Amino acid sequence: MASEVSAPREYGLGKTERRDSWWVGPLATALGFGAFILYSTFRDIYNDDYVSFEGRAGWGELLSPFYSPLPPESIRGLLPIWFSPAFLILWAPGGFRLTCYYYRKAYYRAYFLDPPACAVGESRSKYRGETRLFLFQNLHRYFLYFALMFLVLLSIDVVRACVFESKDGGMTFGVSVGSLVLLANVTLLSMYTFSCHSLRHLVGGNIDCFSCVAFRKGRYKLWKGTSFLNKNHMLWAWVSLFMVGFADFYVWMVASGTIPEMPDELKELIEK
Amino acid sequence: MSDEVILKIYRGDDTSGEMVDYSVPVAPGMVVLDAIHTVQATHAPDLAARWNCKAGKCGSCGGEVNGKPRLMCMDRMDKYPDNEPIEIRPMKSFPIMKDLVYDVAWNYRVNEKIPPIEMAAESDEERLFSQEEADRVQEFRKCIECFLCQNVCYVIREHDKKQEFGGPRFFVRVAGLEMHPLDKANRLGLLKNDLGLGYCNITKCCTEVCPESIAITDNAIIPLKERVVDEFYDPVKKLFRVLFTK
Repeated sequence: MASEVSAPREYGLGKTERRDSWWVGPLATALGFGAFILYSTFRDIYNDDYVSFEGRAGWGELLSPFYSPLPPESIRGLLPIWFSPAFLILWAPGGFRLTCYYYRKAYYRAYFLDPPACAVGESRSKYRGETRLFLFQNLHRYFLYFALMFLVLLSIDVVRACVFESKDGGMTFGVSVGSLVLLANVTLLSMYTFSCHSLRHLVGGNIDCFSCVAFRKGRYKLWKGTSFLNKNHMLWAWVSLFMVGFADFYVWMVASGTIPEMPDELKELIEK
Repeated sequence: MSDEVILKIYRGDDTSGEMVDYSVPVAPGMVVLDAIHTVQATHAPDLAARWNCKAGKCGSCGGEVNGKPRLMCMDRMDKYPDNEPIEIRPMKSFPIMKDLVYDVAWNYRVNEKIPPIEMAAESDEERLFSQEEADRVQEFRKCIECFLCQNVCYVIREHDKKQEFGGPRFFVRVAGLEMHPLDKANRLGLLKNDLGLGYCNITKCCTEVCPESIAITDNAIIPLKERVVDEFYDPVKKLFRVLFTK
């Protein structure tokens, strides 16, 4: 029995014969990214409460990852009042994520609807893919070099957060909730960066014959290691994005005094 | 699962057709290709469908089941909801010859553009390469040429760039050759110009549908994109080549 007359193919945005909830993935991605972009933009413009205990003796300094590395006061003093120091920094991690192979997939699907999902139609306007204007995506390897530098800088922030001034005026090592938050942040960012496709290419992906090159075992192991992490690049991308936002939020809350870095009772107990 | 299921099957050719309903009994362990065979045996002996091994290895029985590209011989009926018809169509990206049979000849024309493996010297043919090096390219040899990836790739499916684009299947083939430890040929110009690697915007649909679970995007396409960047778009690499290549 013929149930309907059908053209062999139909084209156009959203046209599909799929019956599952294909739109959930791109919608969740769009909302997740959108929330992060709104939050991070607000915090960049907010330009306050990004460092706790700055210049105050006694406790380790917590610096928001959105504002790290913080330019010295002499340079910050030269900036217009509306110009947040975060603007000097965020182009590098922002560019790294913008040109990341995973994020490209995610925002092409979620925002460009190009395509919205597999086997779902998209607009049939002139298609150029990653040619011409989108050749800028090839800058990813350069942003990678900056991302690696930022891992070092953020690691230094963790160490600084763990160094306290003791009662006798010397320095002592201690761990606070804030330093653990910063440590978790740099750890997840490291997993994201070390699982990068460009890094994987750089350390060994560009080699055809491992047995023909110097340091063959080391380079092969590096390539295998990055390949292992690369399998979960999407996971690292998401959890590191969440964590960097959370780390900033935690520092904001501590710096603004909304939550204490350490309860007063515990502080007194330690000082006794 | 209920005892009977309605299959809505595309009947027609590349210019016109219709979805026709067939009611078939369902048995435990049945796959969509079994249901097609039942339709052929009991309702429509003239229904055209291509198949061969019925084991997910020949790559012949690709189709679109409820809008998703699949091998019909690997698609179990019991995963579909009871009491809902199952729609079966031919692959969208290729010309329909009849009913569920489509013409994949374009793929073979693309394949002809790719230079085969090339040894630089006779001595290289005798050189053994390590198991690790073999493992890396072995993944690409798993391809059964079912062309589900070519079908779902929207550069082909939606934009019909068949003249300028090779498609994921052939990026996998080129990756297997380019990463081969004994191969000396350079196919990066071919990738950039004739196979249109830049058109791929890595949305991973090819990887999602691959019945052999080849990580097409992560292990073939992106590494090839990185090599093309090395060769054509990285100014630092270019400078190094100018300074240090004799």
